[in-house]
Amino acid sequence: MLPLDVLVVFLPLFGAFIAGMFGRKIGDRASQIVTCACLLVAAGISIKLFNDVALQGHVIDRTLLHWFDSGAFTVNWALHIDTLTAVMLIVVNGVSSMVHLYSVGYMGHDKSIPRFMAYLSLFTFFMLMLVTSNNLLQMFFGWEGVGLASYLLINFWFEKDSANKAAIKAFLVNRVGDFGFVLGIFGCYLLFGSVEFGGMFAKAKEVASTDFIFLGHTLPALTTVCLLLFVGAMGKSAQLGLHTWLPDAMEGPTPVSALIHAATMVTAGVFMVARLSPIFEYAPNALMVVAIVGALTCIVAASIGLTQFDIKRVIAYSTMSQLGYMFFALGVSAYSAAIFHLMTHAFFKALLFLGAGSVIHALSGEQDMRKMGGIWRIIPFTYAYMWIGSLALAGIGIDGVFGMAGFYSKDLILESAVGTHEWFGVLAYWLGICAAFMTAFYSWRLIILTFHGKPRADHHTMEHAHESPWIMLGPLVPLAIGAIFAGWYAWDWFGGEDRNAFWGNAIFELPSHDPIEAAHHVPEWEKWFPLGVAVPGILLAYVFYWWKPELPGKVASALGGLYRLVYNKYYFDELYDFLFVRTSLRLGQIFWKTGDDGIIDRFGPDGFAATAVRIAQRASALETGYVYHYAFAMVIGVAAFVTWFWIKS
Amino acid sequence: MTIGLNHYLVVAAILFTIGILGIFINRRNVIVILMSIELMLLAVNINFVAFSVFQNNLVGQIFTMIVLTVAAAEAAIGLAILVVYFRNRGNIAVEDINQMKG
Repeated sequence: MLPLDVLVVFLPLFGAFIAGMFGRKIGDRASQIVTCACLLVAAGISIKLFNDVALQGHVIDRTLLHWFDSGAFTVNWALHIDTLTAVMLIVVNGVSSMVHLYSVGYMGHDKSIPRFMAYLSLFTFFMLMLVTSNNLLQMFFGWEGVGLASYLLINFWFEKDSANKAAIKAFLVNRVGDFGFVLGIFGCYLLFGSVEFGGMFAKAKEVASTDFIFLGHTLPALTTVCLLLFVGAMGKSAQLGLHTWLPDAMEGPTPVSALIHAATMVTAGVFMVARLSPIFEYAPNALMVVAIVGALTCIVAASIGLTQFDIKRVIAYSTMSQLGYMFFALGVSAYSAAIFHLMTHAFFKALLFLGAGSVIHALSGEQDMRKMGGIWRIIPFTYAYMWIGSLALAGIGIDGVFGMAGFYSKDLILESAVGTHEWFGVLAYWLGICAAFMTAFYSWRLIILTFHGKPRADHHTMEHAHESPWIMLGPLVPLAIGAIFAGWYAWDWFGGEDRNAFWGNAIFELPSHDPIEAAHHVPEWEKWFPLGVAVPGILLAYVFYWWKPELPGKVASALGGLYRLVYNKYYFDELYDFLFVRTSLRLGQIFWKTGDDGIIDRFGPDGFAATAVRIAQRASALETGYVYHYAFAMVIGVAAFVTWFWIKS
Repeated sequence: MTIGLNHYLVVAAILFTIGILGIFINRRNVIVILMSIELMLLAVNINFVAFSVFQNNLVGQIFTMIVLTVAAAEAAIGLAILVVYFRNRGNIAVEDINQMKG
């Protein structure tokens, strides 16, 4: 019997291997059963490990294999499970197992079910490798692995041109971030002489004031390394600047969007910064950048979410906005709050996405909210799930009584931000408040447009509209329970009195600032403010889309240019297209046409081949085919030989 | 006048030259080419026999016999090829026999 911590990581890989390699032989049903069973067992083990590690405090360190041994550079394959990892294990395996079950129903009519299940399980394995690593290199392995799985799954319907493009875009934008991450790893090795977390963290304090000399400039070493690593996190977690891939990634099947592009993979950046908290703590300038980028992402994404009409894109921008919250929580050193929000967000965002998938399933693949409406009686369960998810997302709750999951985590983040009394913390608080208002507005805009009003789908679609089967509705129950109770249940661990005992050494905060403690001492009105903007947001959505449906059009035309700017996502895609895509395409054309075709091929392989052909043509011209020419050649030859012998003698 | 070795050699040389010219000058008929080759072989035979007689060595005459045999076989095979070729192509003009052209 393998130890539990090994099982929890490698069971998904086993499932992926069986379904991926033998899927055709064992069939669709068997592939589904194998992968779902592996994931359900892994999810069960995760809960057991959470109990052992986080609650009892038995941190697990296990070296599996030797990997690198080059001079002073040693890296092992290892499992390191502390509280942070245990929380991530619950999130990853919990959401993943539910998504696996849901996919059995949602992808039931697809023609390559084993491939889909194998990719999902493979993704889970890489994500688990990422969160259980005890060094940066193994984390990078998982990091690239989830990128690969994301690429494969966005491109799952590879016949679709748009899916191809979205997958390549996701891969390339992530590559930019990964470049930063790799440089960060190099920097860490240079600075700490090790890429193992234990060794790095021990030396963080003493290297805090060293400098790099780079091209004649003196750079503070630790801040530079942290910023490089943060670039990696920005790419994976779709922060402003490297976010353009996330909305396009919605081309993938909806379970993929729920698992990878909402609940787990995009939170890898948050996890990474939290994991490296002992380093970031000594680089306050880097933390400031993290906070500012997070806050800007939060507000920009929320504002784009107000205007979109594709149901999945609205939720995707909402995801981006919530990731922004997590990052500015990290930026103000409220790591616990960030991970808390990561956990609750995973539940309610997976719920929202899977609910949206259920809507899309009911309406025969329709994703445009302008062609929905009036279906809440037909799909009542989905409707209820979407309400639960939206209430959790908007953070509805009453302080001291009870609240949905998002209420506790979002308020903790906002209060931690304002509690720092740093200028960027206060900025993040206000931007976060605006985003909270927008979040409430677009969530109810989504609900009203999707479920209420007159049906705007054609009658053919409406006739087929039906509630999803139990295999799709069932897995949503645990997620809905999580979306309702996770915040209330876990509050003591993440934000309450037990937090220091709960976290142990998993995250590190300088004793000088304790934002969670500060969060408990902010003025009363700052605590109520997030709720105070969420409720008007909901009411405004009702005014706009329920009572006065003509209002949105009027407001949009009144705002004119501003509306167009937001509707077109601030023209980020166009800007990048102009700045990077086209120039690199042109550069590629030059390298391809002139460099490769014109020089290497022309004088290389093609040149040799052409010369050989030319010589052979000349030589073959000698062969006339006439007997007397050959006879002549023989006679001349004989004469020449005879002459030669004659002269020689 | 006595007929010496030189006379034989001259005759052989003349025959050989006629054979070569036959190949080069004749560009019409494959049979003539075959005959020219025979002629060259005969020139060689005359040389063999002449040297054999004048040097009292029978090996040359034995060799002549072998050459004659080979020549007969060669003529037979050559003619057989020609017959087949004619059956396939309908003529045996030398200009057309250039399928080995590169």
